[in-house]
Amino acid sequence: MSATSCNHAKEADRFTADRPRVQWHDQALWFVRAKRDAAAHAVEEWEQLRETASQIKRHTLARLPEYLEQFEENALRLGAQVHWARDADEHNRIVLRILQQHGVHKLVKSKSMLTEECHLNPFLEQHGIEVVDTDLGERIVQLRDQPPSHIVLPAIHIKKEEVGQLFHQCLGTESGATDPKYLTEAARGHLREKFLEAQAGLSGVNFAVAETGGVIVCTNEGNADLGTSLPRLHIACVGIEKIVPRAADLAVFLRLLARSATGQPITTYTSHFHGPIPGGELHIVLVDNGRSRIRADRQFWESLKCIRCGACLNTCPVYRRSGGYSYQHTIPGPIGSVLGPLQDAKKNYSLPYACSLCGSCTDVCPVKVPLHHQLLTWRGEIVRRGLLPWRKWLEMKVVSWVLRNRRRYQWSGKLAGWAVRWTPRWMLYNRLNDWGKSRELPEFPRKSFRELYRNRNGRNQ
Amino acid sequence: MAETSRDTILQSLRAARLESVELPELDPSWSQFADPRARFAQVLESVGGRCLSAADLQDVNRQLAQRTEFQQAKWIGSTVAGVDRVNFDVMGVGDPHELEQLDFFVAMGQFAIAENGAVWVSDAQVPHRALWFIVQHLVLIVPADQIVHNLHQAYQRLRFDHAEFGLLIAGPSKTADIEQSLVIGAHGPRSLTVILL
Repeated sequence: MSATSCNHAKEADRFTADRPRVQWHDQALWFVRAKRDAAAHAVEEWEQLRETASQIKRHTLARLPEYLEQFEENALRLGAQVHWARDADEHNRIVLRILQQHGVHKLVKSKSMLTEECHLNPFLEQHGIEVVDTDLGERIVQLRDQPPSHIVLPAIHIKKEEVGQLFHQCLGTESGATDPKYLTEAARGHLREKFLEAQAGLSGVNFAVAETGGVIVCTNEGNADLGTSLPRLHIACVGIEKIVPRAADLAVFLRLLARSATGQPITTYTSHFHGPIPGGELHIVLVDNGRSRIRADRQFWESLKCIRCGACLNTCPVYRRSGGYSYQHTIPGPIGSVLGPLQDAKKNYSLPYACSLCGSCTDVCPVKVPLHHQLLTWRGEIVRRGLLPWRKWLEMKVVSWVLRNRRRYQWSGKLAGWAVRWTPRWMLYNRLNDWGKSRELPEFPRKSFRELYRNRNGRNQ
Repeated sequence: MAETSRDTILQSLRAARLESVELPELDPSWSQFADPRARFAQVLESVGGRCLSAADLQDVNRQLAQRTEFQQAKWIGSTVAGVDRVNFDVMGVGDPHELEQLDFFVAMGQFAIAENGAVWVSDAQVPHRALWFIVQHLVLIVPADQIVHNLHQAYQRLRFDHAEFGLLIAGPSKTADIEQSLVIGAHGPRSLTVILL
């Protein structure tokens, strides 16, 4: 666990300093949100699908141990090998062992937030394995030595000019090139070579089906698929919450997933891996890493329903204007702000406050995670656990003391009106007043509502 | 013997009891279309694919001959008998890496889905699963009477009782990872044509 804590507001300052970029980022995500809306509204039974998906998840999480065993049994029957990892460290060691046993030193990888969570790449690199992220967005951030800033759109914070410069340095494209088509073509050529050289492919998993023992991977680029169909070795890393009971349940989730993520009716490729490639091996690593603890938490277990579509990030007014890195957590945005403190409450105490409680995340969530309710619940928890910084704690105490008593409330109104009128500006707007950083205090009326009301009633009588 | 991670995880899951709900019933009649064929074509085109209709194999050949990517293709493979100009024996390939030079590939798709423009294909139809992804241009021939309305009906048809790779393909490979600009041809095929026969 990290000893230092992250302050979302401070981290966001770095991003918000560049105002045109904030606006650009905000609009790029809003564009995705609008596409999601159009796709969702075109499905008549959308709300029924959400409710059904939520119930399937609830049912599955309740019977998770049984379904995991059923999944394992079926996966083994199909010829896959199943590994269990308690935590990130064990997961990384299992993957390394499999790779070393097969003499692999070149690995291609497709998107997996789980391996980001486990910091698999640096671990494998330390052990001399070349790891190439093959999703275009992930490759861009990997070449910049950055983590993804979004769970579905990893390079959403990077401009095409920056990609052009990066590719000029790393892939030898023409200097000053910014055309996405040209840059994508260059990446295609570069990654084709990596695909052809790779001795193993590693993928994340969107769904694991208990009834059949299969794992399902969704991509638009076809990178997970190409990366696991050339080499003879495929390692699939799965969080234990990714289980669904029946193959038929996939219909519900697949109809929701791509529409919620990018507004597409379905991703270009939905690969169903049942057993290994002929003559090869499929290793499935089931990872807990805190999930069993979250499941046992009466307040926050519903966060395990998440299918990582990213809709809550795209709609969140705070995420859109503060960027993924301000969260300093593998998964940013509303869902990350619930999961972050579950992983490390001390480090991530500020994330539940990176929220205006507008509730939009809850409205768009395809599996009905009550996100803003969970964020509010977390705020209470943060206070109860004494994790709030003293200044914020003190402010809350004072406000609560004032609001609890009628007379104190009335007098504070008068006092505030007087103070704002007569206090010199430098005393009001300084670094102690976070609220006044980008806002002006309102002009205080001379009479309070209560006084106006009393006067008016007096006249009427 | 030391406790395994499997035991630890399952035990900690069993230690916490969650209130269960019944597994919901699914309704295969969700999202039906008056003209599934027209809907399929429309959705496929909207995701960057192309939908054609052909009367017979001769008609398929005639329509393929009109396509620029077919005319320009150097190496053409097919698992459908009777396709013209085939000069690459995909069945004879031992190592899938050799498929890298393949420009054009024609295969059968099992069925199509009207709701999302996807076609189901599987390992059963090809010698190497890499074929679906490595080729530059892909053509899938789907019997015109094999179009289901939605994904629920698709999964009613599918059986996963033995080791096999299967997938839904909806359009050509694509990405929008650079400033949300859609680019067709990310890692996989640069074009997808579905011919309803």
